[in-house]
Amino acid sequence: MISKDEVKHIAKLARLELTEKEIGKMQKDLSAILDYFNLLKKSPSPAKILSQQNLGGQAREDKVVSSHDIRDELIAAAPDKKDDYIKVKAIL
Amino acid sequence: MDLASLTIKQAHEGLKKKEFSSVDLTKAYLSQIKKSDKDLNAFLFVTEKLAMAQAEEADKKITSGKFGELTGVPCAIKDAILVEGQKCTSASKILENYTAPYDATVIKKLKAEGAVILGKTNLDEFAMGGSGENSAYGATKNPHDKTRVAGGSSSGSAAAVAANQACYSLGSDTGGSIRLPSSFCGVVGLKPTYGAVSRYGLIAFGSSLDQIGPIAKNVEDIKIVFKVISGRDKMDATSVDYNFKDSETGLKGLKIGVPKEYFAMPAGRQVKGIEPEVEKIIRNAIKKSEDAGAEIEEISLPSSEYALACYYIIATSEASANLARFDGIRYGLSEPAKNLLDVYLKSKGHGFGAEVKRRIMIGTYSLSSGYYDAYYKKAQEVRQLIKNDFAKAFEKVDLIFCPVSPVPAIKIGERINDPLSMYLMDIYTVSVNLAGLPGLSLPAGRQVCQDGTNLPVGLQIIGNHFEENKILAVAEELEKML
Repeated sequence: MISKDEVKHIAKLARLELTEKEIGKMQKDLSAILDYFNLLKKSPSPAKILSQQNLGGQAREDKVVSSHDIRDELIAAAPDKKDDYIKVKAIL
Repeated sequence: MDLASLTIKQAHEGLKKKEFSSVDLTKAYLSQIKKSDKDLNAFLFVTEKLAMAQAEEADKKITSGKFGELTGVPCAIKDAILVEGQKCTSASKILENYTAPYDATVIKKLKAEGAVILGKTNLDEFAMGGSGENSAYGATKNPHDKTRVAGGSSSGSAAAVAANQACYSLGSDTGGSIRLPSSFCGVVGLKPTYGAVSRYGLIAFGSSLDQIGPIAKNVEDIKIVFKVISGRDKMDATSVDYNFKDSETGLKGLKIGVPKEYFAMPAGRQVKGIEPEVEKIIRNAIKKSEDAGAEIEEISLPSSEYALACYYIIATSEASANLARFDGIRYGLSEPAKNLLDVYLKSKGHGFGAEVKRRIMIGTYSLSSGYYDAYYKKAQEVRQLIKNDFAKAFEKVDLIFCPVSPVPAIKIGERINDPLSMYLMDIYTVSVNLAGLPGLSLPAGRQVCQDGTNLPVGLQIIGNHFEENKILAVAEELEKML
């Protein structure tokens, strides 16, 4: 069983606000799921791990490409903006 | 003639012979949606204006004589796939008012063919779920029994096809999200090989697992849509060139692998959770294949028992990173707060539903300092074992047959308070995503329930990488026999 403090710590890492009620439910659900994950402990280890999920895809050339055609739509989606700038609260 | 019950091929033939127009067809579907969707909740919203404009365009194209099989044929799109100028919510409150600024690559391709888009379909929020009940806008009901779920996460996409609300649809599949609802709703659904279809414009859940694929009434239609949407896209570095070639493969002489770990053990030791009735239907499909000349071979996928845990660690880890973007700054819900941290905390806290929060928490935990090795790293190792199992199996067999789900459609509310029991419905589908393989759900029969309802059960056909053609050829032969 993971503790309430652990739940709060993980929520903080995830930048997630949880109510007291949610923390209680999360503690119960996470404990059951993490217990189930412990099954992996008895699995053997593979001789080697091949590259991630790449079945022949290719990265494109590292070149700047303009996305001006949707620039306005992208900025319009921001909840808080001024002219062409997206506003973010001061962090200092 | 009931226009809304036609397959793509039949609709295309009718359009070609001028028996009806695309406008007629589109109106027939729109009216079917109006009639039935109050009950089903398969659509989050209907794009009637767009559909009618596209239908008129399609009719012009048809008159000109140069048109393809999808021209003028109405479809529905899972609301995790962007359609320019339309809302895209991913069934989340956090994106309630979000408008897609561009088309996903699959949508671009469909539009180039002259497709008609009827609307955006319901799903589990951010495609996280197996029942559709995690939608912030209410669960989709199963057209075969409205007290049951349609399956998830592409719940609306499967239900819409089953209820004649669309000729075909697009879904996405991270751990079974096309195959499971297709099985529950009695339609055909294909999860393509990882890389076969561009993911550009699909709202990301687990990026090493996600694939977009078609849901349709029959195998032939699946093939038509898959040919159009597959192929390399410079906007998705994992996508590959794909030249679909029809396969000559048939059931005669086909080597079918049946994983012993997926079925009841000989000594009566049953695989936990598989319903005997489901097993009977799948066994019957295998028997019929054998009667048609296929060789059935028992195979072993020894790492199967670890697949579900492995999947839920990897998928949630990737999700916790992907969903960090919903921070209330660039798009989506933004809760007013005194400082930046509170904007993050409150926007996410208020915008995400319970299951999404749970998965972000599991993923963050698995990746966090002190737990990374035991969870995320271990899961990556197990993923390799699972890939090795399949590679070994495909040295001996052409295709693998197994169930899609251990159960038919569950009752609404039956498992919603027990997340782990919900995850267990994915036991036969997640391995395919971990290994990047293609898998198809084919209606294999009906389970008669105690209350007299007939619930569809899907057979899962798994192929080797990029061998969708083999799966489709065999499924087409088999669908006539089941």
